[in-house]
Amino acid sequence: MNRTSFRRALVPTVAALALALTACGGNDGEGSDGEQISGNVVVDGSSTVEPMSKAASELLSEEQGKIKVAVGAAGTGGGFEKFCADKTDISDASRPIKEDEEVPVCQEAGIEYTELLVATDALTIAVHPDLDIDCLKVDQISKLFIKGSKVKNWNEIDPSFPDQEVSFFFPGTDSGTYDYMAADVFENESEELRSDVQASEDDNVLVQGVSGTEGAVGFFGFTYYEQNSDKLKALQVENPETGECVAPSVETAQDGSYSPLARPLFIYVNNKKYNDNKAVAAYVDFYIEHLEQIATAAKFIPLNEEDYGTTQAALEGIA
Amino acid sequence: MSAATVAARETTAHTIATGKSRDRTPGSLIFLIALWLSLFFGIAVLTVLLVDTAIKGLPRMDGNLLTEYDSTLFPEKHGFRAGILGSIWLMLGTALFTVPLGIAAATYLEEFADNKKWYNRIIEINIQNLAAVPAIVYGILALGVMGLFGLADGLVIGGILALSLLTLPIIIITTREALRAVPSEIRQGSLALGATVWQTTWRNSLPSAVPGIATGTILGLSRAIGEAAPLVMVGIFVSVRFDPASLTDMASALPIQIYGLASNSQEAYQQAANAAIIVLLLMVLGLNALAIFIRNKFQRSW
Repeated sequence: MNRTSFRRALVPTVAALALALTACGGNDGEGSDGEQISGNVVVDGSSTVEPMSKAASELLSEEQGKIKVAVGAAGTGGGFEKFCADKTDISDASRPIKEDEEVPVCQEAGIEYTELLVATDALTIAVHPDLDIDCLKVDQISKLFIKGSKVKNWNEIDPSFPDQEVSFFFPGTDSGTYDYMAADVFENESEELRSDVQASEDDNVLVQGVSGTEGAVGFFGFTYYEQNSDKLKALQVENPETGECVAPSVETAQDGSYSPLARPLFIYVNNKKYNDNKAVAAYVDFYIEHLEQIATAAKFIPLNEEDYGTTQAALEGIA
Repeated sequence: MSAATVAARETTAHTIATGKSRDRTPGSLIFLIALWLSLFFGIAVLTVLLVDTAIKGLPRMDGNLLTEYDSTLFPEKHGFRAGILGSIWLMLGTALFTVPLGIAAATYLEEFADNKKWYNRIIEINIQNLAAVPAIVYGILALGVMGLFGLADGLVIGGILALSLLTLPIIIITTREALRAVPSEIRQGSLALGATVWQTTWRNSLPSAVPGIATGTILGLSRAIGEAAPLVMVGIFVSVRFDPASLTDMASALPIQIYGLASNSQEAYQQAANAAIIVLLLMVLGLNALAIFIRNKFQRSW
């Protein structure tokens, strides 16, 4: 009950904050001059980025009712396939376009595009607050979570860890969070995690499970951990490049040091469509202008000022 | 008819109607219990699923669910307007496309075709095989056809094409069954009175087969309405924020929107997804009720 009302209160607060911030930025207010643009915008790609593209469409529809935005979720790879076949105007992606496989296809079709960084997606591995472990290496995460793992006790992955039985609380296999952990965090050919776990589609159930079971471990999106940080203990993760343990936070996710559990999210814009189709231009401009509000609504970490500046510069470079 | 035969018949009828008989060997009892268990298992699973979905979706059984578009900003107001309208468009389009085509094809095969000819037999075998092809294959087929005509992804017409391909074999097969069930005396009587084959088919065979045709058609359509796989292939969208107004509009569909929500772990979306499943079930049930109504209204006994 409490949570719902908290969420309800959160949405307008965030919206008001974002509006106030954009007002401070002294934007030229393209939508406010009342010019109604009509046209189609086709967006497809990563189902992770999809909520952002939908949020942008939802906000835009309040100002520009005649722009028809259709958003699909064919996956990052499927999205690029359509994008490079000139079937879509914008492609959502949870990784950069592949230089060796996807870029040549786009080039052959003569499609010029611009990559825009829009937000950061971060996972948090959380454990029961009393567990005496602070930092995990990537290969330890792999041992613990990978499909077919036989690890039942924390001290099996590191003798210095306490003698404590592990219980697992994972998001359902359909969720984007699961996909991220299974496919992109450590080497995992099967792209599946161990199945002897308590799985739930509902993040609340995971939080309750992890906070109420000794030795429990689970993972969810960082923004969700943030809201429940009083009941959970977030594990630091050793950055494979620097060898340092990094705690999850907005800052470490934004600057890339919380790797590999944080990843950048992109949209790719077809330059020609942006210049020829006023609806595409209006949508992308609006998207970037309200980026913080959109990222927050979709439960991602917004860009820091420096990255936002880069994205704005890239947007100006299209025209 | 002797009194003995009548008595025997009544006993048989009674036995069939009530399932009671004097045969109470352990073997038959075990078999009976096994049958009951199978029945119980099927119904129990279905009931648990339905009740579970209904309970989870109950908080969202409200007007917003039907009248609002999907919402990322206000999860508790998330609606399926675009999906429901998209599914209705797909359904009507598929019906308009497949019913005349399917009935005509079946009538040709059943009433006019000479099934000794090799090409007619090839058509028959193909149609029977097509009815067993997985739904996603029809999506790939439809995608190919759309590419041929230079149509974009995710249009209403693309969805209609995929679902039509899926529904056509079912309609053809059930229509043929319905035509076959019309007693041949009816046709012979008509032909004996001097009517042509065409007149006999149009005035006698087809009207008599209406209940069977309607039932088969609507069952085929209600299978199509719940399909997501072929629609994913032709690029039907997860989210649009406008109502489809023509065949070349971009569209969404209810099963796709439900599938899209499966990856979202927020409680509000899970509730909305469950409520949408109930809406989809009601749409399918509505279609099936229509089938039963038509069957009963036009049913004749010979």
